[in-house]
Amino acid sequence: MPSYATPIERLWYYAFRILCGMVLLFLILPILVIIPLSFNEGSFLVYPMTGFSLHWYQDFLNSPEWMLALKNSIIVAPGATLIAVTLGTLASIGLTRADFPFKSLLMSILISPMVVPIVIVSVSSYLFFAPLGWTNSYLTLIAVHAALGVPFVIITVTATLQGFNQNLAKAAASLGASPFTTFKTVTLPLIASGVTSGALFAFATSFDEVVVTLFLAGPKQTTLPRQMFSGIRENISPTIAAVATILIVTSVIMLLTLEYLRGRSEKLRTAAAA
Amino acid sequence: MTDIALPATPLLTADGTPLKTRLKRIERLHQLKSVALILPLILFLALTFLAPIISMLGRSVDNPEVASAMPHTIAAMAQWNKKALPGDDVYAALVSDLTEMKSDQQRLSDAAKRLNMEIAGFRSLMQKTARALPFETAPASYKSALRDIDERWGDPAYWHAIERNASTNTPYYLLASVDLNINDQGDVAKAEPEKAIYLEVFARTFWISAVVTVICLLLGFPLAYLLATLPTRQSNLLMILVLLPFWTSILVRVAAWIVLLQSGGLINGALLSLSIIEAPLQLVFNRTGVYISMVHILLPYMILPIYSVMKGISPSYVRAAVSLGCHPIRSFWKVYFPLSLAGVGAGGLLVFILCIGYYITPALLGGPKDQMVSYFVAFYTNTTINWGMATALGSLLLLATVVLYAVYNRLVGASNLKLG
Repeated sequence: MPSYATPIERLWYYAFRILCGMVLLFLILPILVIIPLSFNEGSFLVYPMTGFSLHWYQDFLNSPEWMLALKNSIIVAPGATLIAVTLGTLASIGLTRADFPFKSLLMSILISPMVVPIVIVSVSSYLFFAPLGWTNSYLTLIAVHAALGVPFVIITVTATLQGFNQNLAKAAASLGASPFTTFKTVTLPLIASGVTSGALFAFATSFDEVVVTLFLAGPKQTTLPRQMFSGIRENISPTIAAVATILIVTSVIMLLTLEYLRGRSEKLRTAAAA
Repeated sequence: MTDIALPATPLLTADGTPLKTRLKRIERLHQLKSVALILPLILFLALTFLAPIISMLGRSVDNPEVASAMPHTIAAMAQWNKKALPGDDVYAALVSDLTEMKSDQQRLSDAAKRLNMEIAGFRSLMQKTARALPFETAPASYKSALRDIDERWGDPAYWHAIERNASTNTPYYLLASVDLNINDQGDVAKAEPEKAIYLEVFARTFWISAVVTVICLLLGFPLAYLLATLPTRQSNLLMILVLLPFWTSILVRVAAWIVLLQSGGLINGALLSLSIIEAPLQLVFNRTGVYISMVHILLPYMILPIYSVMKGISPSYVRAAVSLGCHPIRSFWKVYFPLSLAGVGAGGLLVFILCIGYYITPALLGGPKDQMVSYFVAFYTNTTINWGMATALGSLLLLATVVLYAVYNRLVGASNLKLG
């Protein structure tokens, strides 16, 4: 704000700043509100808090349903991530190298799981897999979650590959490296940050997924979001706030990892350009 | 110098093939290898994602119940002129179909349920007639014998209903999804008012999505502008505040909004203690709750594309306009805003596309009058088990999404989606 600004310009400036501050508050408020409540002593999710207690975390750890949900989430999300990252990275490399008709159409089909309404994915896979007896199974759930994670891997890895100098791979090949060795020692280390961010997105997608799980999973495959869904439907207990806090901590870790990777890849890129 | 001539034969590789051919072959091989890398993913998505969706589209016109339960009736009806009642042979065929169905109650109840959608009361008519069968002795006139069991068999409307379901494909569900049906004359007509609820649901879905998109734009545009114009260090810090909710589980946020908005919640508490209101406002389990939580979830999808476009707009354009005497507000509107429109379009379309398919937030934070198309797709799949209706509504929702996605691809390009 320059010193020669007119009062009206000042007013605009401050009004704009206040508006932005309020939008940021709106974005962050729900997260700030739920964390303290998980440490509340009372059994209602209301302020003012009545005292500090770790009771609800204990409740979470001692509940067989929540523990089953946690276990399932820890099985399903990494499984889905592994499939999405492996297939998605290979395909991204192929997509960057190859040139064929309808490539952009193929690309938009590969990205479409991200925009197709989740209810349609759930209902159609339920109607498709139920007659085959494939519902209520970890494998089906993992596979459909993986399909939902694929677009993120494709987007992040192809973006990274665009900054990847293909001559490096050619140089490795000309020096006698096999395609696998080239991939392992040249390509993969250079695109690792893109692959990792794709993996984080795919993991978050599966870890947060509830609608497909509602349709495809049986009681044995219930996941954390699925358990939260029924918890919110019935009555919100402070245990939900405790689980929410744990999930928020998980997302903070993922976000910071992603930011770190972004910083690293930008550094690498500027170093390569210099 | 003039003695040097080009070799008469083309360049050859060690094994004697021309270099050009060899190069072409190698390039083709390279292409094939690249395609081979994509193939596993294509096969995987074909099985887990595309095949289910294609089979869902097929199911929306699927109509096996009546055709499989009443083969004789349908064969006999082929000769029917569709004006008066069908002939006695059709009645006789129906008797033999219904008698056969008695040994297979599931088939009977499926067909009865399907016909009951056409005319309320058809189910009980079928059950009643089937119970009365078989006849002790073959009657002289099947027509009058059936009409003795129930007079409704003398009403052509019931025969029209069977005839409409003679084929294993039907437009019934798709038409019902847009409040239409096929009447006894075989024409497309408006559905009865008590069945005509889906256009309203579609209109509501688009309306909610439009409102959410506009609110997201109004809130997201200024914030994106701030983020794009602040020094990198500060803007990175603020960006984390935008990305943190983006990364937080949707259910966590839904739970938090219920805590905040419920009648004894923080918002109402604050407003009450400031004496702005006298009684708690109903902020959740209604449309307000849906709007607030949907805007909260989709706002980052608006901010990120606008931000990335704004990052590329040089501040010197507006400075040039101002230095030439243009008012700052006017120069923002005339110079900066048009340049940012690409981001606004991308963000707006993305938010709208994601919004029309939302299920969780309206289901948990809305009332019965706030449910969108997705809710009915889920409802017909697992509550009333009407898969025809579920898949037809789903197909139309998918169609809307695909059209918008195609527009998005045209304008933005699917691979240009920005994630964080």
